[in-house]
Amino acid sequence: MRQRSWMFVLLAILALAGIVPAGAADMPGITASEIKIGHTNPYSGNASAYGTIGKVEAAYFKMINEQGGINGRKINFVSYDDGYSPPKTVEMVRKLVEQDQVAFVFNTLGTPTNTAIHKYMNQQKIPHLFVATGATKWGDPEHFPWTMGWQPTYQAEAKIYAAYVMKNVPNAKIGILYQNDDYGKDYLKGFKDGLAKANAAKAIVLEQSYETTDPTVDSQVVNLKNSGANVFFNITIPKYAAQAIKKAHDIGWKPLHLLNNVSASVGTVLKPAGFEASKDLITTQYLKDPTDPEWKNDAGYKEWLAFMKKYYPDGNVEDAFNVYGYTAAQGLVHVLKQCGNDLSRENVMKQAANIKDLSLPMLLPGIKVNTGPKDFYPIEQEQLVKFDGERWVRFGETYDASKH
Amino acid sequence: MSGRARLVAVLALLAGAAVLPLFVSNFRLFQFTQVATYAIALLGLNMLTGYNGQISLGHGAFYALGAYTAAIMIDRWSLPYALTLPAAGLLCLVAGFLFGIPALRLEGLYLALATFALALAVPQILKYFEDWTGGSQGIVLSKPKAPWGLPLNPDQWLYFVTLAVMLVLFVLARNLLAGRTGRAIVAIRDNATAAQAMGINTALYKSLTFGVSAAYTGVAGALSALTIAFVAPDTFNVFLSITFLVGIVVGGLASISGAILGGFFIQFVPNWAQDISKAAPWAIYGVFLILTMYVMPFGIAGTVRLLVARRRRRAETARAATAPRAGTAKAG
Repeated sequence: MRQRSWMFVLLAILALAGIVPAGAADMPGITASEIKIGHTNPYSGNASAYGTIGKVEAAYFKMINEQGGINGRKINFVSYDDGYSPPKTVEMVRKLVEQDQVAFVFNTLGTPTNTAIHKYMNQQKIPHLFVATGATKWGDPEHFPWTMGWQPTYQAEAKIYAAYVMKNVPNAKIGILYQNDDYGKDYLKGFKDGLAKANAAKAIVLEQSYETTDPTVDSQVVNLKNSGANVFFNITIPKYAAQAIKKAHDIGWKPLHLLNNVSASVGTVLKPAGFEASKDLITTQYLKDPTDPEWKNDAGYKEWLAFMKKYYPDGNVEDAFNVYGYTAAQGLVHVLKQCGNDLSRENVMKQAANIKDLSLPMLLPGIKVNTGPKDFYPIEQEQLVKFDGERWVRFGETYDASKH
Repeated sequence: MSGRARLVAVLALLAGAAVLPLFVSNFRLFQFTQVATYAIALLGLNMLTGYNGQISLGHGAFYALGAYTAAIMIDRWSLPYALTLPAAGLLCLVAGFLFGIPALRLEGLYLALATFALALAVPQILKYFEDWTGGSQGIVLSKPKAPWGLPLNPDQWLYFVTLAVMLVLFVLARNLLAGRTGRAIVAIRDNATAAQAMGINTALYKSLTFGVSAAYTGVAGALSALTIAFVAPDTFNVFLSITFLVGIVVGGLASISGAILGGFFIQFVPNWAQDISKAAPWAIYGVFLILTMYVMPFGIAGTVRLLVARRRRRAETARAATAPRAGTAKAG
């Protein structure tokens, strides 16, 4: 009986293959009217501040569906809570793939959570697109051809600082403070790679590290000052960033101060450190800051604001995560449009690796999304910004980490 | 339930569990593997809290210790995964025993707080020993394949391994708890002074219970590392320890079958809650929890036991009521 029913299914598929346009039979999650996309996000737990990313993405796809979908297909966005717990991510992603039969997963959030499903996605040959994490390992098409990053990586950002220093500080003596874990080391590696390319590895005069269990980084900052460094690369999370900025100011050290984007928040870092002490800090950005008055009359910002008001009225219009999710969803819609009628997993991956100079409304001017068969890092350009005592102000050109 | 009826029920359940892979998808099987893993951990915690009366809010720490033992042995030392289970059990036995000694001075809520500290510390400690643990990136493993050319996929194989380990550990636990040792453990819970007066070495028994309890949870942790094929500090947060406590209370304190029921609860109820409401899954979970506790204050296993006892009592009363009448009929 069982065998016969299998035969029947097989025959039915063969028959359909003749009628339905080619390829339809082996496109899980795709029907004539629907594209099913999987997603995980922490809606609960310690990391639930990221939850709004999933919500804004769902809202964006709702808008796309109301506008007629993509090539007549509506997006069915299935998003589950993983609470930022890797085993839960494994379970939820397996549910998405094996039970819900999604076409692919998109923008799953978190470094440990994505690490837990990295191998699985590639063994199953299912696109694992635009993962929401800054780690560098996601752009490895040779070993993981089904996984692709999205935002600029820590290493890319660090390379931009290295390029800036090489260009603008002739006798650079660089002191570095970094967190002693994979996040800190990722930045450190990118920075050193950037310097090495300019044959300037010797410009580093002192490296100091700290553990997240340390109460302060005061002594490290004093050591860095005494080393005679005139450039300070500050690779710290918000709490220590505020300490380091304040301490450097208090002991009268005035280096060119590069602050990693992780701690670029005005509210949680610069305010506690003091605006006076924070003046002239340099960091990078790639998205338009929704609180920046500069964008008040910008067409892209106004479009985003109108979208937020209509489709996600509960969402906070000052929250940069809502800009992030909106932009990532737009990137995906671009890829799906480019796929045309062939939404097989192979073609989704192929088109994701074939984005050319895509500008999106909430990316900073000049920043474009680019991928290729060997380039799985979609956003690699960033803009340097300087703190003027009140807010971050863009200056200079756009840097492209892939060129440094 | 009489002894024979119970045996038949257990055997029927086992047979059902053994043929399950024929009927369910690999994903479901993966979920059932997690249920069995949780059941082992819950049984461990239940020995300590349910039988011995020591509250632990820190069993996630032993779960983590077991998981990392397995991961480090496989990834760093390339040892076969079968060795990791006894190693994790042994290491956690020692760790649990050693933690149990200072814990002797703490009772009730104070012990709960001390173990809570353990649960809080673990994720950070794991990040600190980065060379071994891989820091916050964790360690990625490969799922073990079925040996001897068995026609099983990795999900099916792991399911059977977990089921077998669970079975062995449950039989051991039953034998331990049903005998002298078990009575001593329970006596300490009920009245420590009286137990001591009867010649029970309460200090030794309490520390040993802590050790065995930790060993069970450690083995479960090692199994979870194999099933998930990944360990990272974010897995072993405080919430995990609290989930275990929820599991034993819902399943039924001082009950062996309660551990399995608790395993089902902590695995599936959060998912159902999410299916019901995406906006507030934990509120729904809370409602489930309150309802369960309100309807079944002794946990699921406790309620089943109560129902069975009530039915038996009713049957006995009925028998007692009919017996004399039969006698009179004969006389008449």
